[in-house]
Amino acid sequence: MTTDTQLDLWEVFIQSKSGLPYIHAGSIHASDNKMALQNARDIYTRRGEGTSIWVMPSKYIVASNPDDNDMLFDPANDKIYRHPTFYVMPEGAKNI
Amino acid sequence: MTTQEATYKYALRLGDDSLILGHRLSELCSRGPILEEDLALTNIALDMIGRTQALLKYAASIEGKEQTEDDLAYRRSENHYYNHLIMEQPNEDFAHTIARQLFVSVFEYLFYTELEKSKDETLAAISSKAIKEIKYHMQHSVDWTLRLGDGTAESHKRMQKAVNDLWMFTGEFFEMDDLDTFLLHHHIAVDVTSIKNEWQSYISTTLCLATLLVPADSYMQTGSKKGIHTENLGHILSEMQYLQRAYPDAKW
Repeated sequence: MTTDTQLDLWEVFIQSKSGLPYIHAGSIHASDNKMALQNARDIYTRRGEGTSIWVMPSKYIVASNPDDNDMLFDPANDKIYRHPTFYVMPEGAKNI
Repeated sequence: MTTQEATYKYALRLGDDSLILGHRLSELCSRGPILEEDLALTNIALDMIGRTQALLKYAASIEGKEQTEDDLAYRRSENHYYNHLIMEQPNEDFAHTIARQLFVSVFEYLFYTELEKSKDETLAAISSKAIKEIKYHMQHSVDWTLRLGDGTAESHKRMQKAVNDLWMFTGEFFEMDDLDTFLLHHHIAVDVTSIKNEWQSYISTTLCLATLLVPADSYMQTGSKKGIHTENLGHILSEMQYLQRAYPDAKW
């Protein structure tokens, strides 16, 4: 992997409407908080995608290691009883 | 001079300002120092082109000769352009681009805040929309002035040079000619002499915070209100108007 020479990396999260969750939009380069917000605004909200932005330095993200995928995620695969699919839908209930 | 004729020319002047600076900034497309800044500068360019469209469209409608905003942009020659000289100054390095934007955006912010109170409803409406965009341009250029001025020895040197080089084009912002005075009398135009102090104090504060020296007032360039320009405008127009000149009324 080549070294990134363009300032620090930040992750950008956009909220499209008040009340909805912030969704990861991508990343940007910036040297400080203000530049990070402005760059995120210029790159990810030019077409009215959002009403609010979060940015955070990528270095603070703690990520799971792909080598641990077996340990972390495989055990969930064969436990279908963890899904609420064995309940009978009460009559008339539209959304559960 | 009727109010109508004067307002036509006033709208033309304002439209030329944003058209020429917008074009200058668009030259940086794909040439920004980093991808993010490339987009930031072209975003500002697009804001300016949008404002130009509104202003020249209005000018064309007042003129009443069935011209469109495109005719006004692409079919006038150099001595019929009335943008401030600072708008046509070359991008040079990033420091010059930022210093030019700082001087212009602070002026435009104060100017359009006043023009929003104009008796001319269209100019007032265009101003309300422009102010929101200009606030952002101002923040962007102030932040970069602070970073470059108070950054490394090299960035400080370049930023100071850019501020010194462009200073002589800032006197023009605060000139009033007969047309301005006439329209001011009709509560349409802005009294630019009234925003000079505020501009100077805002710029001085920003430059001081950026550890930069405020240039001493010396000779100021002038001429744009009479259509007299630096050699740079001709080069811009020859590129911008090339297609329309070579293939008049071309369609695709």
